[in-house]
Amino acid sequence: MIIKVLGSGCTNCKKLESNVREAVKQLGIEATIEKVEDFKDIMAYGVMRTPALVVDDQVKVMGRVPSVEDIKRYL
Amino acid sequence: MNIMTIIFDWLNDQLLKMTWLSELIRLLVEKVFGLSINDKIGGSIHFFIYDTIKIFILLSALIFVISYIQSYFPPERTKKILGKIKGIKGNILGALLGTITPFCSCSSIPIFIGFTSAGLPLGVTFSFLISSPMVDLASLMLLMSFFGPKIAIAYVVVGLILAVIGGTLIEKFRLEKYLKGYVREIKNVDAEVPEMTRKERVSYSKEQVRDIIHRVWLYVLIGVGIGSAIHNWIPQSIIENIIGENNPFAVLLATLVGIPMYADIFGTLPIAEALFTKGVDLGTIMSFMMAVTALSLPSIIMLSKVVKPKLLVIFISIVTVGIISIGYLFNAFSYIIV
Repeated sequence: MIIKVLGSGCTNCKKLESNVREAVKQLGIEATIEKVEDFKDIMAYGVMRTPALVVDDQVKVMGRVPSVEDIKRYL
Repeated sequence: MNIMTIIFDWLNDQLLKMTWLSELIRLLVEKVFGLSINDKIGGSIHFFIYDTIKIFILLSALIFVISYIQSYFPPERTKKILGKIKGIKGNILGALLGTITPFCSCSSIPIFIGFTSAGLPLGVTFSFLISSPMVDLASLMLLMSFFGPKIAIAYVVVGLILAVIGGTLIEKFRLEKYLKGYVREIKNVDAEVPEMTRKERVSYSKEQVRDIIHRVWLYVLIGVGIGSAIHNWIPQSIIENIIGENNPFAVLLATLVGIPMYADIFGTLPIAEALFTKGVDLGTIMSFMMAVTALSLPSIIMLSKVVKPKLLVIFISIVTVGIISIGYLFNAFSYIIV
């Protein structure tokens, strides 16, 4: 599973990344977590609000930081 | 008198103006601190505590409700709606959607690129960009609390007109060539906007309240501090001479001071309120609030990353001239609404 965190390094993006890591750890699944920080690459997903969460190339969340519990449901 | 008007006035006084809170703080200042609120010190303390509490209560409640509404209008959806509309109707809709689309200067670049890459006319994008920080539902309610419904509605209507005219002018000048090259290379992608459940909307709204309060609390305190200083310590005559009707350049001065300032409307209102009680003309105050919210150094820097200097200068000039004209027009005709 490939999980991408989209965002240009704002505080919320970091919070999302750490929530994602926590969710992956709790579920005990195999996943690569990538950070996408370049605007061009972020826009390639059609996302206009950061942070965003992309799981296997599917946009799950835009413009907010979901809780660890919520992220577990998306994975 | 019409019963609706009475109910409306009561709601406006108690819920938005919070006259009960003002009364409560007056008791606190008089009975606990032993000061009169007509004194400088007592008056400052009253202004500071009352305004701070009022703004934070209104802010929390309003942001929650408005974020909930906004969660139905993400910019990705706005982009699709605007793509279908041509001409000045697009500018009007762009300005209106600017009032309900969640927006902070940090997301102005992705929104700008997203709109242009979707082939939206440049003017429509600018109508959106002008109205978004300047006019929104929260500012309408706060203006009602501080200045009453007539002035609040006038501010919003005039702000929307400025956004429509500004965008239309930028369209007419055909400035597409002044976008930075990379902006035009980005291909449009329509994301499936993930549908949110009610629980997610509630938690999103709570998160917005926390985020926005965290971002603006200092500006609010500074604004209230300046407001209470103006209200109680600076003599009326000085204010009248600098930005009152004695100075024909008052509007110009208020606009130019306001432009580089970065603050939300929430921090600006207590200053505006204090100036208003000191007899500063309404147009001058409107210009100041619009200048602070519509243009700021951080937003100009952001925009400079996507447009070439010439377009940036034209944009700033149009908005500035617009704000100054609004100020003078209001000063000339404000007797109609006050």
